[in-house]
Amino acid sequence: MSAVIDSHSDDHHHGPAKGITRWLYTTNHKDIGTLYLWFSFLMLFLGGAMAMVIRAELFEPGSQIVSPEFYNQMLTNHGLIMVFGAVMPAFVGLANWIIPMQIGAPDMALPRMNNLSFWILPVAFGILISTFFMEGGGPNFGWTFYAPLSTTYAPPTVTFFIFAVHIMGASSIMGSINIITTILNMRAPGMTFMKMPLFTWTWLITAYLLIAVMPVLAGAVTMMLMDIHFGTSFFNAAGGGDPVLFQHIFWFFGHPEVYIMILPAFGIVSHIIETFSRKPIFGYTSMVYAIASIAILSFIVWAHHMFTVGMPIAGELFFMYTTMLIAIPTGVKVFNWLSTMFKGSISFETPMLFSIAFVALFTIGGLSGLMLAIAPADFQYHDTYFVVAHFHYVLVPGAIFGIIAGVYYWLPKWTGNMYDEVLGKTHFWMSFISVNITFFPMHFVGLAGMPRRIPDYALQFADFNMVISIGAFIFGLTQLLFLFIILKSIFAGKQATSEVWEGAKGLEWTVASPAPYHTFETPPEVK
Amino acid sequence: MSDQSSYFVPASSRLPIWMAFGLMLFVLGAGYTINDLDKPDSNSYWILIAAFAVIFSVFFFWFGEVIKENDKGMYSDQLNRSFVMGMQWFIFSEVMFFFAFFLALGYVRIFAVPWLGGEGEKAIANMLWPGFEATWPVMQTPDQSLFQGPKENMNFPGFANVGHWLPFWNTLCLVTSSGTITIAEHALKKGNRNSFKFWMVMTLILGYTFVYLQGLEYYEAYDHMGLTLGAGIYGTTFFLLTGFHGFHVCLGAIILTIMTIRGFRGAFTKDDHFGLAAGSWYWHFVDVVWILLVLVVYVF
Repeated sequence: MSAVIDSHSDDHHHGPAKGITRWLYTTNHKDIGTLYLWFSFLMLFLGGAMAMVIRAELFEPGSQIVSPEFYNQMLTNHGLIMVFGAVMPAFVGLANWIIPMQIGAPDMALPRMNNLSFWILPVAFGILISTFFMEGGGPNFGWTFYAPLSTTYAPPTVTFFIFAVHIMGASSIMGSINIITTILNMRAPGMTFMKMPLFTWTWLITAYLLIAVMPVLAGAVTMMLMDIHFGTSFFNAAGGGDPVLFQHIFWFFGHPEVYIMILPAFGIVSHIIETFSRKPIFGYTSMVYAIASIAILSFIVWAHHMFTVGMPIAGELFFMYTTMLIAIPTGVKVFNWLSTMFKGSISFETPMLFSIAFVALFTIGGLSGLMLAIAPADFQYHDTYFVVAHFHYVLVPGAIFGIIAGVYYWLPKWTGNMYDEVLGKTHFWMSFISVNITFFPMHFVGLAGMPRRIPDYALQFADFNMVISIGAFIFGLTQLLFLFIILKSIFAGKQATSEVWEGAKGLEWTVASPAPYHTFETPPEVK
Repeated sequence: MSDQSSYFVPASSRLPIWMAFGLMLFVLGAGYTINDLDKPDSNSYWILIAAFAVIFSVFFFWFGEVIKENDKGMYSDQLNRSFVMGMQWFIFSEVMFFFAFFLALGYVRIFAVPWLGGEGEKAIANMLWPGFEATWPVMQTPDQSLFQGPKENMNFPGFANVGHWLPFWNTLCLVTSSGTITIAEHALKKGNRNSFKFWMVMTLILGYTFVYLQGLEYYEAYDHMGLTLGAGIYGTTFFLLTGFHGFHVCLGAIILTIMTIRGFRGAFTKDDHFGLAAGSWYWHFVDVVWILLVLVVYVF
């Protein structure tokens, strides 16, 4: 900051401001990262509570607790909140905290816009949740909001949903522009692209995907708005449109979106596995190319979500083969993780446990995805609990375990204190066991034909559903332990060293713990 | 990257939280206004007006702050590169927004309408509306009682009648204006301020002429041609594609108007005029979108 003479730069060297205005006006990437992470944690519990309602209703066959109408609202908002409110903001929060420190930058490239990207989210979700208390109730058309459920048959509050999605998208786009610009423009001297840490790499590609597909989602909801209120016929065959068009546009956004929710987890897990195996990551270059290939392929696989919609056979085949191609780069990554661990001096701290579970369980989710990719077989699996099992395996022990692992890994850097290792391991084993109790039996009921999104089911599914619900309740309660562990680390943890982990490599481990308010104001030299 | 040590990070700012507040008013205002469209005594549009007031004020103060900081020399070359990249990726996001609408048009023209007309192996829809004939533009919708098809369309009338065809003049305006703004930028880089101002004004005249002609075209469509938003899929895609393009032309024209006013007040130097350059990129972007639009919406 030596060249800058201004009143701003005077208080720039001071610590954070006091009180609530610190968080309202902040431009500091660490503050904003913290805001994102707490917000996503709150949303995780809110979306989780909705999942608990769903599982309570499905505990036994028949109508138990809530009306089918309310069940639909729970189902829809569980999906929307988990995707857009919990997983995505958690990754953006980690990006905010970690990327500038990993690349030796003083802050994010566009700090004021960074603050705006965050503060849009509480606004958007506040309005989304407030629709529950409006006339007609909240969104009830599933998180994929297919037309005509979301147009002709939607509650009047869908208008607020549409505009809320618009500003959520604006938040994601601004956040991604910030991350891309930071990575491309703010790397320390000597940090070439192929020396960049993998978490930074995954986020560079994720941000590119976000900027490419969030506007498409904005286009889709805009078409919905026009169809509902201004008489257009995008999704109405009576006027020459097609409801299937909605599905095409939605999944053109939606499939890259699911990789947006997993790629940063790949980066986190790569760091953790190399740290606790005390070996550099196996096949760094192939990791980078694999991420890029997954991202490119994600644009040409979307119609595998809609095999049963009535596509020409050429379309079914094309999307079947492209989908299967994704298994190749993903397989490269899985084997690289295994090879990194091979002959390593592994120790099993909590982040490592979550990462190993990630590799194993994400692979299960990936393989059930391959089953779903087989177009003729998908006619049986489509819209059953098998699909629910598949995407929960890649999202819960996939994305969310990745986030949890990252939080344990970097928590000492954020708070300056270690977390309680015994409690952390307890959290892991409780989560690991209950997540499998919850989602594994869903494969069985799904293959046997239990349809998703229905508040009731046939009697032969009763036993498995009770098991699933019990698993879900345990998993939900276990996450309260996670909250306790984090609070304990903040207020009563043991002081951590700046390296924190024995084998940790990377610039973020060269600064003190907790990381000072401003880091790398003079860029480090990377050899 | 030797200038990295002076990367300017503002200490804190009240602007973003006000913008978030403005967006909150926007979502509530737009939602209530649209939901109350059939209630003439509703006054929820005041929330929307308040939202625009807040959002435009924040833009004014935000850009003002950036200009002041830049004039004080607080911005390094590296920070200016961040602005350049930010604008480039923003334009990429806009490209993808239009891509969604082009995708919709393509899907409808290549698949949906022919299938409705009975083509292909999956043409069950033909049983719903047996008389429907697949043509483009769709002049007779499958259900004329729900969506009254247009009487006329906007298609290219042939070279003999091109003088009466508004899109021709629109294309002329926009393509020329892309040229004039380039001349203006070159003049500024050479330090020829009078020429710069002249060509900026020319660009604005052409830009606003485009907006006027587009308005005229919509008036004609609604008034004589029976071509409305409710006229089935042709009206739907026509208005949404040209409408969003027109909206972006308006935005670009507003940006360039502000840049021209700033230019008249002595802003911008030979090598420091990012605001103008960004506005100019945006203008070229709407120009390119227009050319694609003319091809797929009007001509073919």
